[in-house]
Amino acid sequence: MINRSDSQRVVITGIGLTAPNGNSLSDFRTALLAGKSGITDYEIRYFGKTVAGLCDFDEFRYQKRKERRRGTRAGSISIWCAHEALADAGFFWNAGDEDTETAWQTGMPDRSRVGVYIGVTEHGNVETENEVYNIKQYDYDCQYWTHHHNPRTVANNPAGEVTINMGITGAHYTIGAACAGGNAGIIQGVQQLLLGECDLAFAGGISESPGTFGIFAAFASQNALAHHEDPTKASRPFDLDRNGIVISEGGCLYTLERLSDAKARGAKIYGEIIGYAINSDARDPVLPYAPRQAECIRMAIERAGLRPEEIDLVSTHATATPSGDIQEAVAIRSVFGDNPKVYVNNTKSFIGHAMGASGALELAGNLPSFQDRVVHPTINLDHLDPKCELAGLVANTPRQTDGIRNILNMSFGMLGINSVVIVKRV
Amino acid sequence: MTPAEIQQAVQQILSDIAPDEDMTTLDPAVAFREQIELDSMDFLDIVMELRKRYRVQVPETDYPKLISMNSTVEYLTPLMKDL
Repeated sequence: MINRSDSQRVVITGIGLTAPNGNSLSDFRTALLAGKSGITDYEIRYFGKTVAGLCDFDEFRYQKRKERRRGTRAGSISIWCAHEALADAGFFWNAGDEDTETAWQTGMPDRSRVGVYIGVTEHGNVETENEVYNIKQYDYDCQYWTHHHNPRTVANNPAGEVTINMGITGAHYTIGAACAGGNAGIIQGVQQLLLGECDLAFAGGISESPGTFGIFAAFASQNALAHHEDPTKASRPFDLDRNGIVISEGGCLYTLERLSDAKARGAKIYGEIIGYAINSDARDPVLPYAPRQAECIRMAIERAGLRPEEIDLVSTHATATPSGDIQEAVAIRSVFGDNPKVYVNNTKSFIGHAMGASGALELAGNLPSFQDRVVHPTINLDHLDPKCELAGLVANTPRQTDGIRNILNMSFGMLGINSVVIVKRV
Repeated sequence: MTPAEIQQAVQQILSDIAPDEDMTTLDPAVAFREQIELDSMDFLDIVMELRKRYRVQVPETDYPKLISMNSTVEYLTPLMKDL
């Protein structure tokens, strides 16, 4: 272990999320332990029928109707997650107060010392497609193109909507990191806290991807879009019959604080982020590369001051593409060998690929294992692909363990971005 | 469209743009902005919805004429009478 002062240690004190199978950590965890998928049939213009993971949180719990009309689904998901995380962290937000300035109560952080760092895979495709579709009704006359287009599609939109909704005056921006966005958002939050740039960070990732037909069409053209007559069986990482990605929306934002601040206010602590790493394959826009993934995993473990055998649970990225899952299994085996005590699971098998939200959501789904000592499985694993064999893989039913000390969460993305976050039980 | 129909059309647009506001108590003689929360983006929405729904073009120089319900209906009546 590496000894650091409490002001140089960052902990998770709150979790706000929405997933296709739950709108709170407890509902999400319950679904994961019950093997409940959130994938349903779905239809989108131009592309037609497919499957997807959609969220059903109440958009108007924290937003007025006008605010929602002017904003984006990505913003709405972010606002939901931020409010839920803040409440979970034990801060009292005066929801009845129209003035966001005075809604920050005594005992809350100074709102100028709050940062919002949200990982995204992409942003603006939904709104751009909507507007092109809109002006098609007017023979492509650009006079009918909405003046809301720019504020809706600027890359900082989801984070910016959170600051407007909550009156946060600290920094906000998104971190574009393809499907590593969730982990990248968490890492950004940790770094900003350690630099002293903020005292409370909202950090994680979000995705509104099912709103764009383009992502479905592109994955289909790439022969990487999942299909199955039963939508709940469409996402099947490591299975021989896997046939691609299920596209989902979702979000997960954490409240991160320095341990010294969390202790001072007696906060509940989910875990400490003790290590992380991001690197690049520098090879191919879409094909993953096991050696570089393994480097990334090793770098994060070394920075955490751990040895591979001290990782108890590996939360995989595997998206159920034929080649991607194999690469990832190779990377895991090269770091952890055949150690059956390093449990391995996958959350996309339940919720599909929530893109920018995936890393943050998948970590959240696993954090309760620090308390309940149970590892949720990867479901839909009927015929394990021998090339994806992993000694500690938890298949189809939850596994009771002797205890989980450290969770390693992996997320990889296009253009060869690899990311790893390690969280320690406190 | 008659002035009464135009007023109803404008009221519908306002309800869509500001869905949290109560439009039933709107005083037609008083400026919109004194009664409901409308910023410049909302105002542009009114202009856009008139264009989309009724193909009515409101040039920027005429924006001040859309200050209240009465002034808006008065301005739109000749533009929408044949719709």
